[in-house]
Amino acid sequence: MGEFKVHRVRFFDYMPSAISAMAFNVHTERLAVARADGTVEIYNFADNCFQEKVIPGKDGRTVEALCWAGQRLFSTGLNGEIVEYDLENLRSKYTVEAYGGPVWTISSNSQGTQLAVGCEDGTVKIFELVEDSIQFQSNFDRLKSRVLSLSWHPSGTQIAAGTMDMIRVFNVTTGETCTALLQMMVDRAAGANKKKEVAVWSVVFLSDNTVISGDSAGKVQVWDSQMGTLIRTHLVTKWDVMALAVSRDESSLLAGTSEGSVVQFQFISARLDQPDKEWQRTRTLRSHSHDVRALVHTDTAAVSGGNDAHLVVRPFMEKVVKGSKESAPCKITFPHRSLVSCGKKAGILLFQFPERLEVWRLGESNENGIPGEELSVTKKPEALIHLKRKGDDHICCSTLSPCGGWLAYASASSVRLFQLQYDNDSIALTKVKLPKVLRWANQLCFSADSSRLFASFSQSSVLVFALSKSEAKYVHTLKPKSVSKQAVHLMSTSDDGQWLATANSDCEVHVYNLKKLKYHCTVPVYGSCPSAMAIHPTGSNVVMVHADQKIFEYSLEQKEYTEWSRSLAKKGLHGSWLNRVAPVTHVSFSASNPDYIILHDMNMFCIIDKSLPLPEKDSDLCNQNQLRSMNEAARVKDSHAFKICEMFKNLLCVGLMEDHSLVVVERPLLDIATRLPAPVRQKKFAT
Amino acid sequence: MVAHADTRVVHRGGSKINFRAPVITQDSRFLICVSGECIKVFSTSTEECIHHLQGHKELVTGLVLNPSNHLQVFSCSEDGTIRLWDFTDGILIRVTLLHLKTPSTLHSVPGKRNNCEGCSRGHQCYMHLCYGIIYLCVDYLTSCALCSQGEYVASVKDNVLHVYFLNKKTFYRFALGTSGEMAARNAFTCVACHPKDDCIATGHGDGKIRLWRNFNQEKEYTFSTVHWHHSGVNALCFTPEGTNLLSGGLESVLVQWRYGQEGQKDFLPRLGSSIKEIVVSPDGSLFCTSHTDNKITVIKNCTKVSAVIQGLVHGDGVKTALMVDPRTKALVLNGKPGHLQFYSLQRDQQLYNLDIVQQEYINQSNLDQFEVVKAALDSRGSWLATVEQRSAKEVEISLKLWAFDEHTQSFVLNTTISAPHDGPISEICFSPSSQNSTTLVSVSLDGHFKAWQLTQPDPSDDEEASWSCDFVGDYHSLEPKCCCFSADGSLLAVSFKEVVTVWSPASWDLLTTLSQPPGAIQDLCFGRLSCSKYLLGATDKNLCCWNLLTCSLEWSTALDVSLLLADPLSENVAAFCGAEKTTDLFVFRPSEPRPHFSQQALCTGRVTRAVFAPRDEPLDGCEESSQWLNRSQLYFLTHNMELLTFLTKPEEERLMALSKQVAVLKKHKQEFLHTSCLLFISLFISQFALTLSAIMTLVLSILT
Repeated sequence: MGEFKVHRVRFFDYMPSAISAMAFNVHTERLAVARADGTVEIYNFADNCFQEKVIPGKDGRTVEALCWAGQRLFSTGLNGEIVEYDLENLRSKYTVEAYGGPVWTISSNSQGTQLAVGCEDGTVKIFELVEDSIQFQSNFDRLKSRVLSLSWHPSGTQIAAGTMDMIRVFNVTTGETCTALLQMMVDRAAGANKKKEVAVWSVVFLSDNTVISGDSAGKVQVWDSQMGTLIRTHLVTKWDVMALAVSRDESSLLAGTSEGSVVQFQFISARLDQPDKEWQRTRTLRSHSHDVRALVHTDTAAVSGGNDAHLVVRPFMEKVVKGSKESAPCKITFPHRSLVSCGKKAGILLFQFPERLEVWRLGESNENGIPGEELSVTKKPEALIHLKRKGDDHICCSTLSPCGGWLAYASASSVRLFQLQYDNDSIALTKVKLPKVLRWANQLCFSADSSRLFASFSQSSVLVFALSKSEAKYVHTLKPKSVSKQAVHLMSTSDDGQWLATANSDCEVHVYNLKKLKYHCTVPVYGSCPSAMAIHPTGSNVVMVHADQKIFEYSLEQKEYTEWSRSLAKKGLHGSWLNRVAPVTHVSFSASNPDYIILHDMNMFCIIDKSLPLPEKDSDLCNQNQLRSMNEAARVKDSHAFKICEMFKNLLCVGLMEDHSLVVVERPLLDIATRLPAPVRQKKFAT
Repeated sequence: MVAHADTRVVHRGGSKINFRAPVITQDSRFLICVSGECIKVFSTSTEECIHHLQGHKELVTGLVLNPSNHLQVFSCSEDGTIRLWDFTDGILIRVTLLHLKTPSTLHSVPGKRNNCEGCSRGHQCYMHLCYGIIYLCVDYLTSCALCSQGEYVASVKDNVLHVYFLNKKTFYRFALGTSGEMAARNAFTCVACHPKDDCIATGHGDGKIRLWRNFNQEKEYTFSTVHWHHSGVNALCFTPEGTNLLSGGLESVLVQWRYGQEGQKDFLPRLGSSIKEIVVSPDGSLFCTSHTDNKITVIKNCTKVSAVIQGLVHGDGVKTALMVDPRTKALVLNGKPGHLQFYSLQRDQQLYNLDIVQQEYINQSNLDQFEVVKAALDSRGSWLATVEQRSAKEVEISLKLWAFDEHTQSFVLNTTISAPHDGPISEICFSPSSQNSTTLVSVSLDGHFKAWQLTQPDPSDDEEASWSCDFVGDYHSLEPKCCCFSADGSLLAVSFKEVVTVWSPASWDLLTTLSQPPGAIQDLCFGRLSCSKYLLGATDKNLCCWNLLTCSLEWSTALDVSLLLADPLSENVAAFCGAEKTTDLFVFRPSEPRPHFSQQALCTGRVTRAVFAPRDEPLDGCEESSQWLNRSQLYFLTHNMELLTFLTKPEEERLMALSKQVAVLKKHKQEFLHTSCLLFISLFISQFALTLSAIMTLVLSILT
C-alpha cells in the first residue's frame, strides 16, 4: 500500500470536560464518572476500563456527587435535584426535588436501601429506595451551614457529615447527633487564612468508628468518632484536600489535593508484627496538573479524575502482577467512541461537540512529496457549517452520509436530519422531517449509498428510514432475537448495502440482512465488549476489535469465523499488542486492497495485511522503522501482518478517503492543557 | 643502603577525623573520633583534644561505646584487632584478636579483597561477636544501619536496600528503578533506622529521602518520599526519641524533619562545607556533623554551633609548597578553597584559616574559581606573599602581600598586585635577609622574574608602606622555572631551562651561569651552614652539585629527583626520588655525594610537598643513622594527601612511657554476649543472597 497523502487535521478543538465526581460499584466493577457538563460515563473495570456507556448531559444539570445503590445510579447537583439514571436507555429516568437548596453530596448505605443527601441549607435528608423511585423518609437535625460531605458507617446506623468548620456524626434512626460529643471542630489554616472558614470537602467513616476528613486547609485528619477526639493530623498540601477514598479492606486511603497529587495513607503498625496500627502517609502519586476532584480506591488501583479532565488509573504495584496488563498505568482522555464522521466521497468531516456540530471541508494539495515531507496547501480547510443544537439535552451521536449530502444527530429528546446541498462555495442546509416514531436514538448511521438512515432505539432495536428528496419515510423496525435490553453503541453497514451490524454493551453483535429487512444472525458472544466494528465491503465479513484488543473476523454468509480469524486465534496476538491500554476505536477497509484492515487507537494507527504472516511472539511488533533501514530481501523476510505507525499521537480519528488519502484527526494534549484554567501556584525548585 | 630499624614512617597528625562518624559519650561531655591510627577524645565544650588513644597499628575503622560500660569504647582497625579503651583516662584495657575460621582472616582489611582467603568459596563475609558487639565489614556497602533493638540490619548498595532479620534469618531485598538515568538518581547513599518504630530512612542520589515501612513483606512494603536536598543526601540520623530526622548533604545545611509530619522542617544553614555524617548525643541535646573538609561541628540545642573541631583540611590538592610559620610553628598550606590554613603540628589541630581570595565560594562543579597556587613566608614570619590564579578563559593572576599585625595576631592584606606577570607564576620566594627590608622574587612562565620590595612612602602621605616592583630580569628569553636565595641572602639562583643563573640581589648583576645539560632544571637548593658554598640543582635525570667558589660542578649523580629540600638548621638536604611507583628518600650533605640516610619505598606515588619543621629542642640519644632528625622533623605529603613523618626510636619510647597502657592481650573467647546491647556490625555483603544468609547463620550460631 506504501504511501499516503495524509490530511493532518488539528482544527477539531475538542475539549473534554472536567471530572467532578466518581462512584465505583465493587460488585459489577463499573465506575461511574460525572463530568462538569453533566455527562455521566460508565467504565467497565472488568473489561480493560472500557467506556461502556455514555449518558449525555443536559444544560443546567451539574453533577456534584454520584452514588451507586445496588445496580442503580444516582446523582445530585447544585440544581437541588436527585437524578436516577436509566442505564439501559442511557438517559435520566426521573428527578426528585430535595427541597434543601443545592445538594452537595449523596451517599447510600452499604445495604443499598437508603440514600442520604447533604443540602445547602444544612440539612441531611434520608430517602428510601423503593422500586423505580425514591421516597423521602426523614430530616436530620439542621446544621448551621451547608453539608459538603457524607459518609455512612458500614453498619448503616451512623452518618458522618462534614460541613463548614466541623464534622457531625448522626444517628440514622433518631436523626439526632449522637449522645457522646460528636461534634469535631476542624482547625482553620494558620496565618492570613485564619478568618476563612474551613470546608470539610470529604469524610470517610470506617468500621472501627474512625472518621477521616479532608478539608480546605490541606489537612487530612483522623478522628475517633466515639469520643469525638482528634487522633492525628497530616498536613498534606497548602491548598485543598478535595477528595478521599478508602480501600474496601480499610487499610489504605487516598487523598486528592488541589495540587493535582494523590497522597496515599496506609493503616500500618509502627512496629512490625504488632497489632496496634495507625495511618501513615506513604506514597504520593502525581498524575494530574489540576485539582483532583474525585477519587476511587479499587482493590488494585487508584483511580483519580479532576479539572484536567484525565481519568487516571494508577495500579498499586504490590497488588498486581508485575508486567501484566493490569500493572500498566492508564490515562483516559478521549471517549472510546468516535466523535468524527467522514464524508468519504466528498472529503468532508463532521465534528461532534456536546452543544454543536461542525462540518469542515478538507484542504487540497496538488503536490507530491517524499515521505515525511509537508505539502503546501492550495486550498485551505474550511469550516462549512456550525450547527447549534436545539433544546437543553446534549448531542449524544451524530453522523454524516458518505456522500456528504445528509447529516443527522440525536440527543436524549430529539433526532434531527438535515440535507446538505453544495453549490460551489455556498452551502445550503435544509431540515428534513423525521417520522414521529423516532423520539430519540443511541446511534445513527447512513447506508453507503445514502439512501437509508438507521437509528438504534431502545432494547437494541434498529429503525430503518428510507431517504428520498426532502423526505424520510419509516420503513421497518429490526429487532434482534435476544433478551438484552442494553443500548447499541456501535453500528455499521456494508458498502454493498446488504448487511447491518450492531453491537451493544452486553457484548452482543447482531447482523441484519437489509435486502430482506430481517434479522440474520448473532456473532458468538465474546467476553469483552466490541470497541470497533466494520463490515468488509466485498467479502461479507464483519471485523470486530474488542476492548481486550482481540480481533475477530466473522463470515456472515458461512456464519462462522473466517480462516484468518481462526489462525489468528490459534496463534494468539502479539504480547505488546495485547498490552496496549487504549482500545481500538475505529476499523475501516481499503477499497484498493481487500486484504487490508485499517484500525487505530489513541496512540497509533495500524494496517493489518491479511496476506502476510502473523508476527512471531519474540519479534518486534512495531518494526516499521527497522524495516525501512533494511534491504529489500530482509524486509520481505521480517515484515509481518501488523504495520503500525506511531507518528501521530492523540488520535481521534483515522479515515481513508475515496481518493486514497488518509485523514488523521489529532487533538494534541498540550492544546487541551493550554486551554485549561491556570492551576494552583506551586513552588518549583530554582524559580 | 640499609633499612633503618630505628625510624618508622608514621601518620602524624592531619589524619581524617571525618573518616567515620564520631561517637558522643553518654554524658555528652566528650566526642570520640577516629584519626588515622589513633583515636581522639575531644571535649564537646572546649574543643580541646583530651586524649590520643594510640595502639592500633593500622587505620582505625570503627568505634562504638561499650554497651556494658559507658565509660569505655571499643575500636576496630585494619590491623585485625578490637581494642577496648577507657577514654576518660586514656587507657587501653583489652586487645582482642579476631579469629574467624582461619587465622588468615585476622586482618580482614576493608578494601583489600586479597586478604579474604578465609572465604574462598565465595563467602566474602566476616562476622564476629565479642562482648556484645557485632563486627561487620562494610566494604561492599554504601552504608548500613542496625535497628536499636538489634532485630534487623538495613544495608544499602547502589540501587538496592537489603533488610536482614537476625532472629528470623530472613532477608528482604528492595530495588529501585535500576535502568538508565533513573539508576543514578535512585541510588541509595545512606540509611538510618528509627529508634522506636520499624521505619528505615534512606537517602538517595537525587536528594530524596524515603521512609520505608512494612519492610517485612516482599510485596506489601511501602515507603513515603520527602524531598528538599537538591543533590545527594550524604547523612541521615534519627534523634534518640525518634521525633526528628536529621539529614545533610552537599548544601551544608542541616535539615531537621519532624517524624510523622515531614512537611514541617527546620534548617541550620551555613555549616561551612558538605555534611558527611550526622550523630546525635544519647540525650539528644547535641548534634554532631562531620564535614568533608575534615571538620566536626558540635551543635547545641538544634540551633547553635557551639564548637568546631577542625583537622587538617584535605582539599583537592595542595598547590602551594608546605611552609612552617616561624611564629606559631604551624604548617601553612592550602585549606578550604581560596584559603590558607595554619595547622599546628604539635597539637594536631588547625589554628586558623586565612581567607586569601576573599570571594564567596560557589559550590558548583565546572565553575572556574580563584585558587591559591603559591604562597611564601619570610624568615621572621612578618610577611606572607600569596598568588591566586583563575584559568577561566585567560589566566587571571594576582599577587597579594600580607603583613603580620601584632595587634590582631593575624595577617592583614597590605598590597594587591593584579596581573604581576603575563603568565602563570611558577615560584615565589622571600630573601632571608635579617634586615627590615626584605625582597620577594617571583618567577613566571612569561620569561621574566621580578623582584618586589617594600617602598616607604613620603612621610607627608598618610599611606602605609606598600610593595612595588624593583627589578625585572630575564635570560635569553628562556622560561624560568625556579628560584632560590642563599642562606645569607647574598645570592639568588634562578633556573632558565638548562641554565642556572646566579644574581646578586644587592646590585641585580648576573654573576655567573651554571649549566649541566641535558634536561631542564626542576628544583634548586642552596646548601646551608658549612655547605653554603654549594648549589644543588635537580633535572629530570640528574642531581648536580655546583661549587659556587669555583663555579664548577662538584659532583653529579643519576637520580630522578622530585623534590629537593634543605634543612634550615643543619647541612642536611633531603631528596625525594620518584622510583617506578614508590618514592625513595635520600638525606645527604652537599659536601659529600654519599647519603647518610636512605629509605626506599617510602610511600606510593610521588612526593612533591615536604617540609623540615624545626624542633623546639634538639633530640638526644639518636642513633647515627637518624642523627639528621635531631634538629628538625621532616614532614611530607603523599599524593593521596596523607601527612607522614619519621618517628625515631627515642621519640617512640618516650611516647610509650607517657601513655599508661595496660595491654592485656587475650586470646579471644566467646565469653559473654549481650544481645540487647548495642551491636557493631561489620560484614561483607556479597552479590549472592545466599552468601548473606550464610553470614547471618554464622552470627546466629555465635549468638546462641
